[in-house]
Amino acid sequence: MSRLSEERVATAKEIIGRFPRRKSALIPLLHLAQEQDGYVAQDAMVHIAELLDLAPAEVYGTASFYEMFKFHPVGKYCINICTNISCQLVGAWNLLHHAEERLGIKSGGTTQDGLFTIEDVECIAACTEAPALQVNYRYRYKVTPESFDALINDLESGKLTGEVPPHGTLASVRQTTTAAWSNRGVEEQAQVDAR
Amino acid sequence: MSVPSGPRIITSRFDVADGHTYAGYVRTGGYVSLRKAVSSMTPQQVHDEVKAAEIQGRGGAGFPAGTKWGFLPAGVHPRYLVINGDESEPGTYKDRLLMERDPHQLIEGIVIACYALNASQAFLYVRGEMAHAQERLAQALNEAYASNMVGKNICGSDFSVDITLTWGAGAYIVGEETALIESLEGERGMPRLKPPFFPAVKGLYMQPTIVNNVETLANVPYIVGQGGGDFKSIGAPTSTGMRMFAVSGHVNKPGVFEVPNGVTTFRMLFEAPEYCGGIRNGGSIKAFIPGGASAMWFFPEHLDMALDKPTVDKAGSMLGSGAIVAMDQTTDMVAACWRIVRFFARESCGKCTPCREGTTWLERVLKRMLDGHGRPEDIDLLFEVSESISPGIAWPPRQTTICPLGPSAVSPIASAVRRFRHEFEHYIEHGRPIDGVESPFATHLASHA
Ligand SMILES: Cc1cc2nc3c(=O)[nH]c(=O)nc-3n(C[C@H](O)[C@H](O)[C@H](O)COP(=O)(O)O)c2cc1C
Ligand code: SF4
Ligand code: FES
Repeated sequence: MSRLSEERVATAKEIIGRFPRRKSALIPLLHLAQEQDGYVAQDAMVHIAELLDLAPAEVYGTASFYEMFKFHPVGKYCINICTNISCQLVGAWNLLHHAEERLGIKSGGTTQDGLFTIEDVECIAACTEAPALQVNYRYRYKVTPESFDALINDLESGKLTGEVPPHGTLASVRQTTTAAWSNRGVEEQAQVDAR
Repeated sequence: MSVPSGPRIITSRFDVADGHTYAGYVRTGGYVSLRKAVSSMTPQQVHDEVKAAEIQGRGGAGFPAGTKWGFLPAGVHPRYLVINGDESEPGTYKDRLLMERDPHQLIEGIVIACYALNASQAFLYVRGEMAHAQERLAQALNEAYASNMVGKNICGSDFSVDITLTWGAGAYIVGEETALIESLEGERGMPRLKPPFFPAVKGLYMQPTIVNNVETLANVPYIVGQGGGDFKSIGAPTSTGMRMFAVSGHVNKPGVFEVPNGVTTFRMLFEAPEYCGGIRNGGSIKAFIPGGASAMWFFPEHLDMALDKPTVDKAGSMLGSGAIVAMDQTTDMVAACWRIVRFFARESCGKCTPCREGTTWLERVLKRMLDGHGRPEDIDLLFEVSESISPGIAWPPRQTTICPLGPSAVSPIASAVRRFRHEFEHYIEHGRPIDGVESPFATHLASHA
């Protein structure tokens, strides 16, 4: 869809300033793009390449390695159901099956109204709360078919709008500090050995 | 059953409602160790306490943190600390809790470590999928900067350090330290060859870099506050301190527990009422994973073993990332084995041929067994392919690959096929599990996956 907005470019510049080398900001900037559009748009990648002095191919080369980045529109709500070992042991596949039936799509698919995408994913570090899922990276624990249906209803009715932002938004609070000291150069840092 | 007890070191604020805020942290004794370190100790003295504590890294390999810190070459700057918050080894659940519930404790540990290491900057790399942890850490970091616990002239001393909070975007392999460094440099998360790329010598931006796990560093404020000797007196001399274990699977009360290291046994975790309170439905253990999906499995004869690194290593597995998965007598071992192998096949970064091709092949062979199309020669084939990734199929694994991910895929196969060969043969012959075992795909065919 689009290049990064002015506001996001300002955020991008802050992020770049926290790293000794520009390219280190690549993954955070890709997250900014995904937050803006719900996926990482081609124009946004070209824009990021400009901001970081990279070729667009380098941006895409890194971006495509990572599972979370999507390169075409996905559902407003991405529901990731863990099927790894701890969840498999307590019914994850039944849950996935139920989710597929309820939404009329297969894992990896998106509903026609563009509201939901479901995926079976690897361990999401909630193994003692299995079976577990994330909706736009917000957790739901010990999920049953009934609680899954309730989740879908609540998402459809807008009841969870505050709690679950649209796909692409991760933390709602950002680091706002600037690198106060460390990026200023090797000379000062050599002094620390004198301590 | 009585269980050994110990102080709550890193989970002490889990029940404090505002323990994640600066005010709550300071009210409960937070940032006292940092003040002590920068005002009355030299970096070397701090390092000495961590050495004396003999704390083993909690990220997987269990390498002593104090020893690792000593590998930084003298006089080479800038040097960095990288904090591994990528927690994604199946079964592992503790770093996320530490980041969400007590972010300041981690930040304090990081700043103290940077002081000991003379590091100028730390990079806190959180797993991409952990939105809440990212949020809590961002909030805490902003507060810590505002309160002069991070940044320039910390607590009025001449020590300054920055922490940059950042996160990944979904790739298990990025948990491997050199892959994490690649990712921090904006690259695909593919491991580097060691040697020559030992992070302590040639790490981030080819500068000396220490990579430590979240739980490892969360212990540092206690170690500096109470002294390394105090920490070492907890647990066993060969596995010191308290340690977090996530126990999941077929137990009555799965949970994450901070227990005395080295002296608590697997049976205690599974059976004691203060921990998991027994196997579900009054059943029994058929097998369990002692340290994450990469570990060799253990069986009922290992239940009374203590969670002690050298003991578990000697028995042919590892405590890894503190991830214990219990499987009761109804578990379909072919399906369990397949699911873990599928994980490694999906997560192979593709850099080495034996891993990229081998893990995919192993997954396909197991899948066709589950689908009822297994062939009589398939069990031999599993071992042959395993040999090509990890010659000798031994523990600790030998590898033909750049990193240990490839050989990790061999662990479930070596474990399950050797012990439960008849279950694999039954699948090959009849296309279904043996009697008394539940397929996890009751309403959902594996062919879908
Ligand atoms: C495939 C693979 C995945 C790993 N994943 C993680 C991880 O998610 N978190 C972690 O702390 N260490 C992980 N490690 C271990 C790290 O490479 C590194 O040893 C560790 O972060 C060092 O910290 P420690 O010494 O404090 O334990 C992984 C290792 C491998 C080979
Ligand atoms: S062993 Fe696998 S994951 Fe590790 S570097 Fe090689 S291909 Fe990548
Ligand atoms: S196995 Fe599902 S959350 Fe870990």
